[in-house]
Amino acid sequence: MTATRTLVVHCPDWPVAAARPEPDAPAIVVRANRVLAASPSARAAGIEPGIRRREAQSRCPHVVVIDHDPARDARAFEPVAGALDGVTPAVEVTVPGTLAFATRGPSRYFGGDDALAERVGWVAAGAVGSVAKVRVGVADGPLAALLAAEQAHRGGRSFVVVPPAGSASFLAPHPVDVLGPLLDRPDLVDVWRRLGLRTLAHLAALEPADLLARFGHDGVAAHRLASGLDLRPLEARRPAPDLAVTSELDPPADRIDRAAFVAKSLADRLHARLEADGLACTQVLVQAETEHGEHLARQWRHEGALTAAALADRVRWQLDGWLSGSSTVRPTAGIERLTLVPLEVVAARGRQLGFWGGETLVDERILRAVARVQGRLGGDAVTVPEVRGGRGPADRVVRVPVAGIDLTAARTSVHPDAVAEPWPGQVPAPAPATVWAEPEAVEVVDEAHRPVTVSGRAHVSAPPARLTRPGRSPVAVVGWTGPWPIEERWWDPRRHRRRARFQVLEADGTAHLLSVEAGRWWLEATYD
Amino acid sequence: MAIPSPDLEALRQLGERVRPLTAAGERTLAVPPALAGVFPQGGLQRGSIVATGGVAATSLALALAGPTTASGAWMAVVGLPDLGLLAAAELGVALERTLLVADPGPQAWAATVASLLDAVDVVLVRPASAIAPGIQRRLAARARDRGSVLVQAGGRPSAWAHAPDLSVTATAARWEGLAPGHGRLLARRVTVAVQGRRAAAQARQVEVWLPGPDGRVALAAPVLPVPVVPMIPDPVLREVG
Repeated sequence: MTATRTLVVHCPDWPVAAARPEPDAPAIVVRANRVLAASPSARAAGIEPGIRRREAQSRCPHVVVIDHDPARDARAFEPVAGALDGVTPAVEVTVPGTLAFATRGPSRYFGGDDALAERVGWVAAGAVGSVAKVRVGVADGPLAALLAAEQAHRGGRSFVVVPPAGSASFLAPHPVDVLGPLLDRPDLVDVWRRLGLRTLAHLAALEPADLLARFGHDGVAAHRLASGLDLRPLEARRPAPDLAVTSELDPPADRIDRAAFVAKSLADRLHARLEADGLACTQVLVQAETEHGEHLARQWRHEGALTAAALADRVRWQLDGWLSGSSTVRPTAGIERLTLVPLEVVAARGRQLGFWGGETLVDERILRAVARVQGRLGGDAVTVPEVRGGRGPADRVVRVPVAGIDLTAARTSVHPDAVAEPWPGQVPAPAPATVWAEPEAVEVVDEAHRPVTVSGRAHVSAPPARLTRPGRSPVAVVGWTGPWPIEERWWDPRRHRRRARFQVLEADGTAHLLSVEAGRWWLEATYD
Repeated sequence: MAIPSPDLEALRQLGERVRPLTAAGERTLAVPPALAGVFPQGGLQRGSIVATGGVAATSLALALAGPTTASGAWMAVVGLPDLGLLAAAELGVALERTLLVADPGPQAWAATVASLLDAVDVVLVRPASAIAPGIQRRLAARARDRGSVLVQAGGRPSAWAHAPDLSVTATAARWEGLAPGHGRLLARRVTVAVQGRRAAAQARQVEVWLPGPDGRVALAAPVLPVPVVPMIPDPVLREVG
C-alpha cells in the first residue's frame, strides 16, 4: 500500500507574516514565552524558534514581539485557501500557514506534478502577496510533502517534487524530531533520540510489532510515517452522513462574536455525538450558508484526533476568516446555517498517560485560565511565587508576574530550600500566614502607658504590655520576645535599614511580628 | 433440612464487584491526616464551598490546600494580597503550582474566581464584599461541574448569601515556646471544629499542632466527640456525561 500523493503548500513563519509587521523590521511571534516564528531579519540576527523571549531580545534588542493569535493566523490564511479553490475543490487546511490536497486529479489536468506545483505556487504567492514566501512540496504522503516544501525553502526554490515511490528514501535522513508536532508527542521523540533512533531510517528499520509493544499506537503511527506510508487509510473511514450536525442562526450572524458562540456549541455537539459512537474526527468540513444563498465550505484536517476544543477553535477561525476577511472572500449577507460534516473519523483510542505521571507539567486548562484572567485584569494581575534570599518573611518569597514565566517548564526557584546561602538574622520558622503588604503603624506601650523604646545597644525600655492597631482598641500583650536587631545594607546610604524585630502574643492566641525602626513601631506580619 | 445460611462472604465479594468505582459524593481532596478524622468524608468534598475561620483561619486554609497541591494539582489564590507565601510552603503547599491574583476588584471578582475554578482544584478566596445569592449559586455550580473546591480563608463568615457547605473554625489557639522577653514562637496547638450540612451536621472537633515543633501538622488530642456509628456518606446524585 502506498501513500496518497499529496501536494503541500507551506508558508514558513506564517504567524509572523499574518501579523504583518513593518517590512524588514525583525519581528517574532511568541507563545508561552517561547519564540514560535521569526521573520527573516530576526533569523538573520540569530533568533531561532524555540528559544525564550528574553534570549531573543538579548540577541536582537530592537526585535518586535508579537503575541500569538491563532485566529489572526487563520483569518489571514483564508484568502490563500480560497485562491486554490480554483485549482482543486478538495483543499484541506492543516494549520494556518499549511494546506494540503491530493494531487491525483489536478496533476493529470495540469500536466504533471511539476506543472501543478509551479502553478499552485504561483496562485498561492499571488494571494499571499509580499508578506511571506510560498513553498510547495509534492510527495507520497503529507509528511514527505511537507518536508519537501521545507527543503524547497532551505534551498531557496519555490517547489520540490519527490518522485513517486521515492518518499521512503527521501524521508530516511530526516531526524525523528519532525514527527513531534505530527504525533503531538514531543516526549516520545525525546525517548527515541536517547535510544539512538536519530533518523526516520532508524525508526523505519524496526519491526512495527516491537514499536507497538513498546510505544503503543503512537509507535505504529510513527513507523508508518517514517516508512513513507499514510497515517490514516489504515483505519479511516467515511462516516454515515447522519453524523453531520447543523444549526440554524436566527437572526443570521454577520459578526464573528455571535457566530463563534454557535460554532462552539455545534462543535461540542459533534464531538459528543462522535464520542458516543467511540469515534474521533480527523477531518472536518465546515459549511456555511448565507441569507443570499451563498455556500461557503472549507475542510480542516488534523493528524491526531480533534478534541472538542480544537474542533471549536477551527470552526471559529474559519468563520473569522470568512466574516472578517477581505471583500473577495466575505459573504454579502449574514450566515444563516452552519453545518459541520466529519469527513474522516477514526476509532477514538483515548490517550495513555505517562507511566511516571507528569504527562504534562501544566495542562492546557490552566494556561487558558491564566490568559483569561490576564485578559480581564491586565498582564501583571496573575503572579506566581518565587523564593529569594532574605531575612524578613516578605523578602523571602516574592510575587513575580506570570507573564515573564514559562509555566510549562520546571521551575526550581520556587522551593524554599532553593536558597542555600545562610542569612544571619533570619526570622525563624514557623512563618507568619499573613504578611502585610503595607506594614501598619502601631503603638506599643508598657504597663505605665509609656511608649516602649529600643536603644542603640538593643536594650528594651520596659516589657511591652499593650498593642494598639489603627482603628482598634488596645489589646493586652501576654507574651513577647525580642528584640532581634538587624542592620541591613549598611554599605548603601540610601537603602540602609536598621531595625529590631519582636514577636508578641495576644490573649486569644494571635501572634504578631513587629518591627521598630527609628522609634516607630510597625506591624509587619501576623501569625493567624 | 435447615435452610442453608447465605454465603455471606460470597455476597460481600459480589457487593464489592458491583459497587461503582467512585460515587460522586466520595470524590474528595486529601487534607492533612491529622484533620481527616473530623471531615465527614475524610477530606474536602469536590464541588463544595468551605470556609475557615477563627484565630488561625489563614494557616488552616493553607494546611487544607497543602496535600492537594503536593499531589500535583494546582491552587489559585484570589484577593489575598497579604498571604504569607513562606508559611504556605511550610504548611505543605507546592508553590510551583500556585497562581496568585492579588486584587481583582469587586467588579471582576466573580468572573476571576469562576475562570480559576474551571482550571485548578482549589481556589482560596477572601471576599471583600458580600456575595450575591446568584453569584454564589453560579460559583457553586461551576465548582460542582469541574470538581474543584472553593475555600474561604478567614475574613467575614457572613459574606456568603447561603452558609458554606462546611465551616472549619479554629476555636482556640495556644502558642508554645514564648517566654517573657526570650524564646520564640515555636509551635501552636489549635482546636479545630468542623460543622456543616448533612453528614457534618454534628460538629466535631480535634486538637492539632498547626504547626508542630517539627513544622508539621500533627494530631495533638483525639477527635471529639468520637462518632459511635461509622460514618456513611450521603449519596450525592448528580448528572454525569
